[in-house]
Amino acid sequence: MKFRGKIIDIACLNHFTRVVTTISKLTKMCVLRLTPDNLFFVLSGKVANGGVSMWCELSQANFFEEYQMEGVSSEDNEICLEVTPENLSRALKTVQNAKAVKVKLTKKHCPCLTIAAELPTLSSVSRVVTHDVPVDVIPRRLWHEFKEPSMPDFDVSIYLPPLKTMKNIVDRMKNLSNFLVIEANLNGEMNLKIETDLVSVTTHFRDLGNPPWGDDASQDGGPSQSRDPESMVEARVDIRRLQQFLMGQQVNPSKAMCNIVHQSVLHLILLHEDMSLQYFIPAVA
Amino acid sequence: MHCIVTGGNVKVLAKAVHSLSRIGDELYVEPQEDGLALRSVNSSRSAYACFLFAPLFFSRYSTTSGDNFRCKMAIKSVQSVFRSLTTLEKTVEKCHIDLDKQKDRLTFTLHCKHGLLKTHNLSFQDSESLQAVFDKDSYANVFKAQPRLLVDTVIHFPPSLEEVTVSVSDERMWVRNHVEEEAEASKAMLTELCLASDEFDHFAAQVHNSVTFCLKELRGLLVFAESTGLPVSMYLDEPGSPVVLSVTDSVLEGNFVLATLSDDPSLRKNSSKGAHTAAPPPPDDFMNDDMDSYLIAMDTSIAPGPSNTGPPPPSLADDTRSKRPAAVSHKARIRIEEAEEEEEETDDLDRLPNKKFRSLFFGSVLPPSSQLSTQPMTSQEVLASDSEEET
Repeated sequence: MKFRGKIIDIACLNHFTRVVTTISKLTKMCVLRLTPDNLFFVLSGKVANGGVSMWCELSQANFFEEYQMEGVSSEDNEICLEVTPENLSRALKTVQNAKAVKVKLTKKHCPCLTIAAELPTLSSVSRVVTHDVPVDVIPRRLWHEFKEPSMPDFDVSIYLPPLKTMKNIVDRMKNLSNFLVIEANLNGEMNLKIETDLVSVTTHFRDLGNPPWGDDASQDGGPSQSRDPESMVEARVDIRRLQQFLMGQQVNPSKAMCNIVHQSVLHLILLHEDMSLQYFIPAVA
Repeated sequence: MHCIVTGGNVKVLAKAVHSLSRIGDELYVEPQEDGLALRSVNSSRSAYACFLFAPLFFSRYSTTSGDNFRCKMAIKSVQSVFRSLTTLEKTVEKCHIDLDKQKDRLTFTLHCKHGLLKTHNLSFQDSESLQAVFDKDSYANVFKAQPRLLVDTVIHFPPSLEEVTVSVSDERMWVRNHVEEEAEASKAMLTELCLASDEFDHFAAQVHNSVTFCLKELRGLLVFAESTGLPVSMYLDEPGSPVVLSVTDSVLEGNFVLATLSDDPSLRKNSSKGAHTAAPPPPDDFMNDDMDSYLIAMDTSIAPGPSNTGPPPPSLADDTRSKRPAAVSHKARIRIEEAEEEEEETDDLDRLPNKKFRSLFFGSVLPPSSQLSTQPMTSQEVLASDSEEET
């Protein structure tokens, strides 16, 4: 099992660092899956993290100048590591001006992802800084837990309002209630609602637009097609999970949308040029 | 005592005070013949700093000669006089410092623009002399660098990091974070930075040593050095001997003395004094990391989940390290003169020695007599009594 990657371009390094930093704000620990073409940051929904799950996919060619890996075996040409993304983020943030950054799977006192950077100096010799981030190798028999989530059979899919606006609203709502209801319809309308004994607050968004998923999205053809465009579907979620998701975003995505399965799950999708991020928040009663 | 600081020097004085506040809670002020000394020490006596401002730093400097006056005061009060550095720069023209013995007060008067006078009366307490004994000129390893180099080095370490280990060889200096073995050694992130000798203004490593000290206290000096642009000199000796960092120019001298971890005498090997050198860690060998054997071991194990699948961490020889410096228990109070413990060098980096922080030596100038003595020499005459002392 070997992995060795090298980033040379400053912009790529910057993007990669921002992706890792976003992930670090979403979860304390996650799984990093390495395949010949992609990197995935995966969080599988467990009770411990409130049932929230995350899937972030990056194409390695968009970031790495050199990328070599040898998986566990030739049939299972993949590496699965449990890592604390904050450590990676910290290591990457300090080397933003490096001439080259190498990421390598190593074995020091324990398995580590070593980030080694050559920093520019005034002298003839480059300064080398290495950060050894400890990781846990995940055995093959557990890999099934970290598979790509299937697209839920959603009732409504809608584009999100600007994330910053959403974040401001959710931040204020968080002071009033622990739970927030997000509802949307096929007419491009979305409402964020909270309700307590004393007060209820609703923020209305209009003209958001609904992504055209086409025939393959509405698998059974029935509900989505025949749904009344005005009727709202909703999901009541823990407001902190939504806030955490919104807080972590550092860059405006090219596309941001969410799929709602009525009273079941809120599926948020962010598409950037070089990565995609999916975040599932289960609905609570 | 009466002195006047003018112009840009007010800001320098302010920065020195802020810098000292990173070390301890109290500021010790001692007007001397050769200048005004401002000192601070931390509660565990493992970090000490002193700024000496020569009479030329001041536009007027007068002390009543023969007056062995010393005092200490809460450093926060002095910081509040010099609170906003940008405001100081823009509005303060002069700063008068006057001693009022009758009322036990030190008066700071800031003469600002537009005729504004800000007067701060700070009460002080009489204090004992605070003077760390160190002889940096006798140290084996001396380095001098622009502050930018050191600032760029510490930036790689998280602000919360306590200790850092510096190792030197003929051409290189390695700086890495120090992880305590008992704490989750297998889970801690390790950072290491290698500096080449030609990045320094001066690099003289006669003995290849490795010392570990607190990073936090160093940052105070770096902030001062960077803002004044003065190069920083670093004096390193064997583990256990404190590391000294200083900045100097024609009118001021600042010294930061930080205790380093020493090796426990019970683990000492019989090494010949002085000759044996510590090898710095070998450069990272990128090509030989074999994950496959690890993987085989793991796949065949019956451990349940990711967090449990690692091989057990290597069992460590000793984890009875006490970090509390000896000073707190039986070592020197500031003015009681007492010899420090002498220890042989132990340069065995392969084993993990049991370590504890050495406290700084205060007071004694006795020659290093018995190398094998592990007891402080208590037959010294006590020159000043143990009067008031903080907890």
